[in-house]
Amino acid sequence: MTTKTRIQKEADKENLMINMGPSHPAMHGTIRIMLELDGEKVLNSEVEVGYLHRGFEKTCENRTYFNLLPYTDRLNYVSPLINNCGYVMTMEKMLGIETPEKAQIIRVIMCELSRIADHLTALAAMTMECGAFTVFLYYIQAREEIWNVIEQTTGARMTTSYIRIGGVRADLHPDFEEQLKKAVTVTRKVLKDVKGLLDKNKIWMDRTRNVAVVSPETAVNYGFTGPCLRASGVYYDVRKAHPYLVYDRINFEVPLGEKGDNYDRYAVRMKEMEQSLRIVEQAVGMLPKSRAPLSSKEGIEPAEAVKASREKRETRKIRLSPNLEGSEKERYSDILSRTANAVVPPKEDTYTTIEGLISHFKFFMKGHGIRPPKGEVYFSVEGGSGELGFYIVSDGTDKPYRLHLRAPCFHIVAALEEMIKGHYVADIIPTFGSTNMIGGEMDR
Amino acid sequence: METKKLIDDLKRKFSNKIVETTQQFGDDIIVIQADILTDVAAFLKEKPYDFAMLLDLTCVDYRGREPRFEMVYHFFSLSHNQRLRVKAPLPGKDPVIASLTPYWKNADWLEREVYDMFGIIFEGHPDLRRLFMYDEFEGYPLRKDYPLRKRQPIIRMRSEE
Repeated sequence: MTTKTRIQKEADKENLMINMGPSHPAMHGTIRIMLELDGEKVLNSEVEVGYLHRGFEKTCENRTYFNLLPYTDRLNYVSPLINNCGYVMTMEKMLGIETPEKAQIIRVIMCELSRIADHLTALAAMTMECGAFTVFLYYIQAREEIWNVIEQTTGARMTTSYIRIGGVRADLHPDFEEQLKKAVTVTRKVLKDVKGLLDKNKIWMDRTRNVAVVSPETAVNYGFTGPCLRASGVYYDVRKAHPYLVYDRINFEVPLGEKGDNYDRYAVRMKEMEQSLRIVEQAVGMLPKSRAPLSSKEGIEPAEAVKASREKRETRKIRLSPNLEGSEKERYSDILSRTANAVVPPKEDTYTTIEGLISHFKFFMKGHGIRPPKGEVYFSVEGGSGELGFYIVSDGTDKPYRLHLRAPCFHIVAALEEMIKGHYVADIIPTFGSTNMIGGEMDR
Repeated sequence: METKKLIDDLKRKFSNKIVETTQQFGDDIIVIQADILTDVAAFLKEKPYDFAMLLDLTCVDYRGREPRFEMVYHFFSLSHNQRLRVKAPLPGKDPVIASLTPYWKNADWLEREVYDMFGIIFEGHPDLRRLFMYDEFEGYPLRKDYPLRKRQPIIRMRSEE
């Protein structure tokens, strides 16, 4: 016997009840909206979430600090690098680690590229569901270029695990700037084209103007952050309010909306992408020249090095696996912190010296790895859809005692019932699209 | 707004109900007794403190310690650009605390999540049901005594009665 949900108790028997989702083409991600309708008008609704709940927090509490990083990729799977960055910086706050400048700038570039990819995806879904299929294809083309850059740097398109405690996993690819330039050019062109197609488009404006208006007071009361809050005209951006990395040295604006309707949420995201492109370009200019030589395919096999090092200390160059390209020992000072026992020791040392081997084992052995001091910490970064915060309680062991994620879209979807009330069924689709609900992040 | 002034004001208003005020890794923490939570929330939300946003709300299970649970609230003030963490310990047996839904609307879902995961009862919550898990789910998964790999029986398809 199940208890009746709120809407089942409240609904008038005369009215039509409709289920939207959990498997519905417009409900990207799995979410169920129960609607009480009068004709096409939404009288009342109830949002049911949890279809993608997979126990992220419980899982993390049973993994070591190093091992739980890949789970953060799967939160907001459109911008995994920002999730990596949020978790890693929370840990760095607790451990008191300073990261090298180059690593910080790489993080900024990667976070901003992810933000663009996130906004592109959100808007692509939103516009496509309103019938603008051309725009969808344009957006996805730009996202493809951005993901090419991300793939070249991190080795993966979505499950990156690239930003590590103490820095980043690998240095930038030699052709990085070329690839990035291409992505920036394509994205700029797409943004310009989409602007021309949508900004003054009658159909688009009719569908989105004055629909689901959220007043600044309501937005703050619901804990909105990110583009949805700024669309309502409230100035708050974590990058400006609590600057992290090198954001305080970069010029960018925080675009605001006027009304807080769907159109504003679209417009703010469009403007934010332009600002992100600005940030990326500035950050690339700030990149210090690398002192390390380029990765080469020369050198001896690791197995040979292990064998030779039994006799005497091996000093020849070792050919690492292609997976480790960019994280050679010479690059460590550029991309990873020197703090002991917080970063993986260089592979060259692990192969050839007993000290390197011991520190490698100490790092990965159960109960020995990264052990932050006792205490609790909260840190947040500006994610794709708002303030992405991590709250970690440490008991001094190598596993978090409690890890809680402040998911930005959780608070926004909580307001969905109020946002769609009194509007038509067709308006639910762009409204839901404008919240940028990502199941992985909200249901955790 | 200086944190020191805020803490002094809070101490003057609630005197002995404030258990502890500390700072950890640069975050300001105030530990209060659970029965004054709504008063503290109302006090913080008003000007001049102006903590208009409930950033986050969660719970920590310190199993084997009494009081076992600890509610953790993160408030944020837009006008002062200030974060504040308020914690309220709760007993392991029948943990009950007042709901913040009259003050912040997102407390609705956040409290439902905590009820779902920890079994904390929020007094005055308009619709306290599980949020992520289904109604037939037994136990509270984020409690430390809930085994990581525990399986729950498959439930039958629901039907209209």
